[in-house]
Amino acid sequence: MNTARLRSLAATVLPPLVLGVLFLVAWQTWVIVSDVQPFVIPRPSDIWKAFVNDFDLVWKASVVTGMNALVGLVLGSLFGFVIAVLTNRFLFVSELVNPLAITIAAIPAVVIVGVLNNMYSLDSQIPRRIMVTISVFFVVFVQVAKGLRQNDATQMELMRSYAASPFDTLKKVRLPNTMPFFFTGVRTAAPLALIIALVSEYFGGTQNGLGSKISGTLNSANKALGFAYVLGGAIVGLLFFAGSNLLEYLVVPWRRRARSK
Amino acid sequence: MENPMTETSQAAVVVRDVEKIFNQGKPNQVDALVGIDLDIQPGEFISLIGPSGCGKSTLLRLVADLLEPTTGTITIHGKSAHQARVDQDYGMAFQQSGLFEWRSVERNIELPLELKGWDKAKRRERAQEMLELVKLPEFAKHMPWQLSGGMQQRIAIARALASHPKLLLMDEPFGALDEMTREHMQAELLRICAAAGTTVVFVTHSIPEAVYLADRVVVMSPRPGRITDIVDVGLGRDRNELTREAGDFFARVTEVREALRGIELADQARGIEDR
Repeated sequence: MNTARLRSLAATVLPPLVLGVLFLVAWQTWVIVSDVQPFVIPRPSDIWKAFVNDFDLVWKASVVTGMNALVGLVLGSLFGFVIAVLTNRFLFVSELVNPLAITIAAIPAVVIVGVLNNMYSLDSQIPRRIMVTISVFFVVFVQVAKGLRQNDATQMELMRSYAASPFDTLKKVRLPNTMPFFFTGVRTAAPLALIIALVSEYFGGTQNGLGSKISGTLNSANKALGFAYVLGGAIVGLLFFAGSNLLEYLVVPWRRRARSK
Repeated sequence: MENPMTETSQAAVVVRDVEKIFNQGKPNQVDALVGIDLDIQPGEFISLIGPSGCGKSTLLRLVADLLEPTTGTITIHGKSAHQARVDQDYGMAFQQSGLFEWRSVERNIELPLELKGWDKAKRRERAQEMLELVKLPEFAKHMPWQLSGGMQQRIAIARALASHPKLLLMDEPFGALDEMTREHMQAELLRICAAAGTTVVFVTHSIPEAVYLADRVVVMSPRPGRITDIVDVGLGRDRNELTREAGDFFARVTEVREALRGIELADQARGIEDR
């Protein structure tokens, strides 16, 4: 059984790992063989060197942007969940919000941050956090609203046969049923939160986050450092992904089996 | 065998002149049930059988007050069906076990008691009692997905019986099980209900199942849904695996089958007329 588990683990982990290594090797080889100048595209080995040497720079910038994304992700998820539950009883609200959510997703809503920047002091991170919160809110809201509308018919008939109050039905059946949808929303919103936090920095304000550093250094001669910042962003993104999956694993244990199938 | 008390006490279920019409007055109007009269005695086991669309599940849901009749009345132990539901006077089981995936087996069984406001110690004790009744006492802490389909269905029955209801309503509860499990579950159900004196209304579309379980088989026909025949099974209460091979059993199976075939022939004739 243990060998079988090891084998299935290897089957999941190995292919992407091999592909990733091959990609880096190909990149490195191409840059060396074609003699690409380091200020056009740096070698992966140089990026790694920059990442290690200037780790404290990358770290500081990652914390700034990561915090903005995290605060927005948590607040947006909470608001999305709570407001979806509160408005669930009123069909018109979800009918109103769904097209709104799609519109918000379609327009480059991140420009809102430009407006918000004028309302807060120059060194404030609040506009960026609000921006992330808004983006996350709609993703989570739409998922939770969907989950609340999809109930198991047998479970609902059972609750009715118990003469359960709407509140009991919500608490004991509909909310647990909605949790997998909520986490689908959070998992979708996690990388989005980071991207929005990054892009928000392009609209002015303190230039100490990953977004500002990337745009600043990628245009300079020190391209390797620019890519090191990108690597920092990628690591934060992976942490977000892993974190939201772990949270789902802990909160929705009954879904583990369904997902492993 | 028969408790003399039950003969003098009121009927378990009385269905009087019930009609159920969906989408009344609209183009998609469906006459699900018309002119339904049925009296069920306490402790009696009734099977409802008929082709799909005959309204047997609708009738069960009317008794359960999950639907309201268009006209007519339904009384359960002298109360209105609505009051009986509010008082949780009946237990119910469906084709899907409807177990709550996030609750352990024992907490699933406790849910109806929880909603009745029982305290935790009392609930736990009753859950254990029910698990012993369905012969799964060691599975209290398991989660539903760790059980086979047959075991899940037994937990659903344990849950339906948790508050010791006098009436059990079942909608094809064994429909999704394999034949062997199914026969085993039928025997178990008879044992459990006989021990507690529970009245059962059991919807099925399996003729042998209907006959093996029931004191009376109510045969229904579609378009509009109505009761066409009631077959007295009269195989006594002590039924076992030998019952399934007995001549009387086959005679009743044939009787029910012919009653159903009558519906089918009438239906075909009507089908031709319609064209």
